[in-house]
Amino acid sequence: MMTHEKMRKFPRQKTGIKMSSDRVVFSVMGYLLVFLFGMACMIPFYLILISSFASESALLKEGYRLIPSEFSLDSYRWVFRNPARILYSYRNTIFVTTVGTCLSIVLATMTGYVLARRDFPWRNAFALFFFFTTLFSGGMVPWYILCTKYLGFKNNYLGMIMPMAFSVWNMIISKNFMKSIPFDIVESAKMDGADDFWIYIRLMMPLSKPLTATLGLFSALAYWNDWYNSMLFITNKDMQSLQYFLQEMLSSIEALKQLVAKGEMDVVMYETVPQAGMKMAMTCVVTGPIIFLYPVIQRHFVKGLTVGAVKG
Amino acid sequence: MRAIKNFAKKVRKNKILLLMLLPAVVYVITFSYIPMGGIIVAFKRFSFTKGFLGSPWCGLENFRFLFISDKLWPLMRNTLLYNIAFITVGIILEVGFAIIVNELGSKWFKKVFQSFMFLPFFISWVVVLAIVDAIFGYDSGIINNLLQSLGMERFNVYVNAAPWPFLLVFFKAWKQTGYGSIVYLAAITGMDQEIVDAAEIDGANIWQRIRYITIPSLKPTIIIMTLLAVGNIFRGDFGMFYQLIGNNSVLLEVGDILDLYIYRAMVSSSNLGMASAAGFYQSILCFFTILAANWMVRKYDPEYSLF
Repeated sequence: MMTHEKMRKFPRQKTGIKMSSDRVVFSVMGYLLVFLFGMACMIPFYLILISSFASESALLKEGYRLIPSEFSLDSYRWVFRNPARILYSYRNTIFVTTVGTCLSIVLATMTGYVLARRDFPWRNAFALFFFFTTLFSGGMVPWYILCTKYLGFKNNYLGMIMPMAFSVWNMIISKNFMKSIPFDIVESAKMDGADDFWIYIRLMMPLSKPLTATLGLFSALAYWNDWYNSMLFITNKDMQSLQYFLQEMLSSIEALKQLVAKGEMDVVMYETVPQAGMKMAMTCVVTGPIIFLYPVIQRHFVKGLTVGAVKG
Repeated sequence: MRAIKNFAKKVRKNKILLLMLLPAVVYVITFSYIPMGGIIVAFKRFSFTKGFLGSPWCGLENFRFLFISDKLWPLMRNTLLYNIAFITVGIILEVGFAIIVNELGSKWFKKVFQSFMFLPFFISWVVVLAIVDAIFGYDSGIINNLLQSLGMERFNVYVNAAPWPFLLVFFKAWKQTGYGSIVYLAAITGMDQEIVDAAEIDGANIWQRIRYITIPSLKPTIIIMTLLAVGNIFRGDFGMFYQLIGNNSVLLEVGDILDLYIYRAMVSSSNLGMASAAGFYQSILCFFTILAANWMVRKYDPEYSLF
């Protein structure tokens, strides 16, 4: 990364010299392609955001548009008309993301640390033991039976936390990162009488901050965006994750109607529920936090990607 | 005797490290190795109340049903072809954009558009579902409004299977390219800049430089990324297919894959044995493709192989 930055201080094209024709052609094409693809990636987000602020009458008349003719906050008012389930889903996702991310960082780095220790006699055997699971698996069905019948994951937060708590790839990345830390540090600490766990907590972890930041961001993103485990294991609506809640709202107007009704007596007519706007507002509410964190996350992602190659 | 003593001594010496390994070992045994043993379900008439061990054996009956049903072949073909399309389009776009972005001069342009391209990676397929609705939706989708204002018929994308193979490839690329190109960009950045400068002084034009220096230097990364993808070539992206195709019977004609089929069989609980047989079949296919792919890469150049 550093060398790249340094390189750019001395641009290759010397100023004053005419750019050669091949470079001109390449630049024009390059800027155009990147511009088009970048816009294709960004516009859908803009469309959702702007549509969530469009008034329902405008949406009914003209559909989603890049510039709606009339703005209003009605969609958000409807979404939060009866906010209990959104708030519960928020709470669930925040809880699961926090616990899950911490757990996955600890499991990946602790295991990676042991396998990176050159003096650990069974490191190759254990590495194979972990790596084999990436090559072969029993498939979704026995795993599902195990989780529901034997581990009691039905309507249990563990069902949303455990399935993603440990990843062999993250462990391998940790192992490779910690291998790059000079082994002399470990040896001299051992000489001073430090035990292996102390070395992990007090020496390796502080030196592995770029690693933990990357692993943490990857895990947090995976937990925040998870709907699959919620779909498999959670039937209690108060325990759903945010993404699964959104899925339900997007795929059935019946669910939308139930959401906005305040109690049994409050009958809401199909016609009055502004579903087009509500869908977009709901999507914004669910995606919001990740998008706000985006600039921070992006910087770390780019930095972290150079952390530890994949090779086992 | 001596060997046992030595072993005990080693264990004692490493007891803290072994204890630190324990949580992950227990995890992997529970969530990976026990389900591997659970493959016996494929050979059983499974019932939830009787469990893994209590359910009665039924030999190869589940597999016979699976093969007789005539579904397996189209499912396999779909899974395979979609993945081949995803991998090919993915590599071309990711490597292509990495090279372009690397060569562009304007720093702010690169920064802004790279973060645009990276954006889709951050959202779940559920949000993509909302995006599909906003763009292609029948009543208020932006494309249908455009069609109408041009005096054309509205097009209902949810009852027409034809465009979906393209839409699936498009959305996959849309979501992955930004992330993937950053991986390749990191590899380009690590490249020896002196060779590039030397080539330029020797009068190589930009196409020659890309063709003979940049792309060859990306080869290890391309091979590793492809190898990883090929290992899962019979395993579809469940999240994408479930959210975009789901249970829509019209779209399933072109968009049904092994994973969706197994999931449907699993949650309908009608025949967990058969669902498991299909899953087992899929795992075997994946296992042998990754071994074969790795073997081929190894033969070509051991440096590039995964294991």
